[in-house]
Amino acid sequence: MSSDMTPVVQARGIVKRYGHVTAIDQSDFELRPGEILAVIGDNGAGKSSIVKAICGATIPDEGEILIEGKPVNFTSPIEAREMGIEIVYQNLALSPALSIADNMFTGRELRKPGWMGKYLRLLDKPAMEKFARDKLTELGLMTVQSIKQPVETLSGGQRQGVAVARAAAFATKFIIMDEPTAALGVKESRKVLELIQDVRARGIPIILISHNMPHVFEVADRIHIHRLGKRLCTIDPKDYTMSDAVAFMTGAKEPPAQDAA
Amino acid sequence: MSDTPSAKGQEFERTLDQSAKEVARFKRDRHSPLERIQHVLHNNPTLVPVIVLAISVIAFGLIAGGRFFSAFNLSLILQQVSIIGILAAAQSLIIITAGIDLSVAAIMVLMSVIMGNLAVFAGVPSPLAILIGLGGGVGAGMMNGWLITRIKLPPFITTLGTWSIFYALLLWLSGAQSIRGQDIDANAPFLKFFGFAFNIGGARITLSAILMIVVFVVLWYMLNKTAWGRHVYAIGDDKDAAEMSGIRTDRTLMSVYGLSGLVCALAGWASIGRVGSISPQSFYEGNLDSITAVVIGGISLFGGRGSIMGALFGALIVGVFRSGLRLSGVDVLWQVFAIGWLIIIAVAIDQWIRRVSA
Repeated sequence: MSSDMTPVVQARGIVKRYGHVTAIDQSDFELRPGEILAVIGDNGAGKSSIVKAICGATIPDEGEILIEGKPVNFTSPIEAREMGIEIVYQNLALSPALSIADNMFTGRELRKPGWMGKYLRLLDKPAMEKFARDKLTELGLMTVQSIKQPVETLSGGQRQGVAVARAAAFATKFIIMDEPTAALGVKESRKVLELIQDVRARGIPIILISHNMPHVFEVADRIHIHRLGKRLCTIDPKDYTMSDAVAFMTGAKEPPAQDAA
Repeated sequence: MSDTPSAKGQEFERTLDQSAKEVARFKRDRHSPLERIQHVLHNNPTLVPVIVLAISVIAFGLIAGGRFFSAFNLSLILQQVSIIGILAAAQSLIIITAGIDLSVAAIMVLMSVIMGNLAVFAGVPSPLAILIGLGGGVGAGMMNGWLITRIKLPPFITTLGTWSIFYALLLWLSGAQSIRGQDIDANAPFLKFFGFAFNIGGARITLSAILMIVVFVVLWYMLNKTAWGRHVYAIGDDKDAAEMSGIRTDRTLMSVYGLSGLVCALAGWASIGRVGSISPQSFYEGNLDSITAVVIGGISLFGGRGSIMGALFGALIVGVFRSGLRLSGVDVLWQVFAIGWLIIIAVAIDQWIRRVSA
């Protein structure tokens, strides 16, 4: 996946302090076009913090973030979303009582064309349902009985599928996934990993935060190892073993000298 | 390397190919009739109040006979529930967001006092006085919304406080005196607009009853057919999830409280016509009556579930019980007793329905 194209995300010298605690300490970050970048690190290393800084959920105190070479200053995830950055949260951010179609369009509903939509603000439910059905079919997820069924009636894997489909449907820049397999069984995890690879095959890069080393080593093109609030190194999973990665992450072993990785 | 992943996934996943392919099925083919009913009710939460309303109308018709079933009596019930019904619509909006509003009736009476003072005593033209009152309702509602979203106070405590504040203000503004009907008729008859009634074949329909139905239809449309309405439900369902999926939850909540305040003020205007005078002591328990209607109407107090139309049926059920028991010659205290049981049964049914598993 090496390429000389402009990185999708490039962050330099990001700092975020909460009182006396420094959550991000002069950290760098880079996501390249078309890749799956895994972000690993111990609990409290700040991997969530750095990703939150990139998507606007926290505002860094110092440093700069470039998206496709252009500097950005997000003040909320909604702004990031408007740029085509989608996030799949660990707890999925779905509303259980609302339907699959409603959930896919939360915050960006389609209105009927013409005066009904303009003045009466009437939703175009058939169009939203069709779109949702198409997207789920594309990702091979149409095992649900009805697109109108409430999300609370779905299994854990199906819900994850809805959340991933929502992100894949609207992302134009990249997708951030926070522990997408953490709550799933073996079979369902496999399905989600296939989904992740499917999404990459469409050319959308993915930032994958995970504690699951086998999953990370299976799908990631590069691994960003976060330690003590900053990027320790980036490794190619083909050159190192999982135990190497854990050793770097926990400080048991010195990181490799960084070349251009 | 031993742990290099293969194209087929992890080592321990190899056997997945041979694993059973059928999806686990926990569904039995035969459901007991009770489970089926539970399932249908889960999908249509408004069905319960509709059924209860139908049964109680038939039951009281049988007990109290023709007097209950007369067009006049049925339209009288509609008249009697109109003000509490409109308040229940405002209350539903708040309860769907998983909040509660104890100040609805205080906002309503306060705004009717403001309309009355301006139009009857200060000589402000009635339409302007009404506009100011409606605007005041929006302001009072948004004050609740501001305290809840910005200061992050729980809705119950916030509105318990503003209930007292608005009540004290209305006692102060009115000097604890009613504005008499004659004074309203002489100076500002337009305030009584919603008291206007017409007869259709023995039924007496007041404009306040029509206003109630219009309010419900408009709010139902907003909640079910617009993006705003979907957001209101999403916030009541799970506020954090709604925020993360891109809804500006605080802004939406402010609009809900503002709109609810406006509906309360509309109820205030309608109440002048319904009661015929403006009394600071009226509707003191209107907030509790509105919650009763909402709960009997099958709207979940935990938020995110139930249709606003349920509150209309809830208000009508209360009206039918009062009227039916009175016409059957039952003491008032037993009417109160019956409403109490209705509330408890309604909440119990709500809990039972929510336990349904898909």
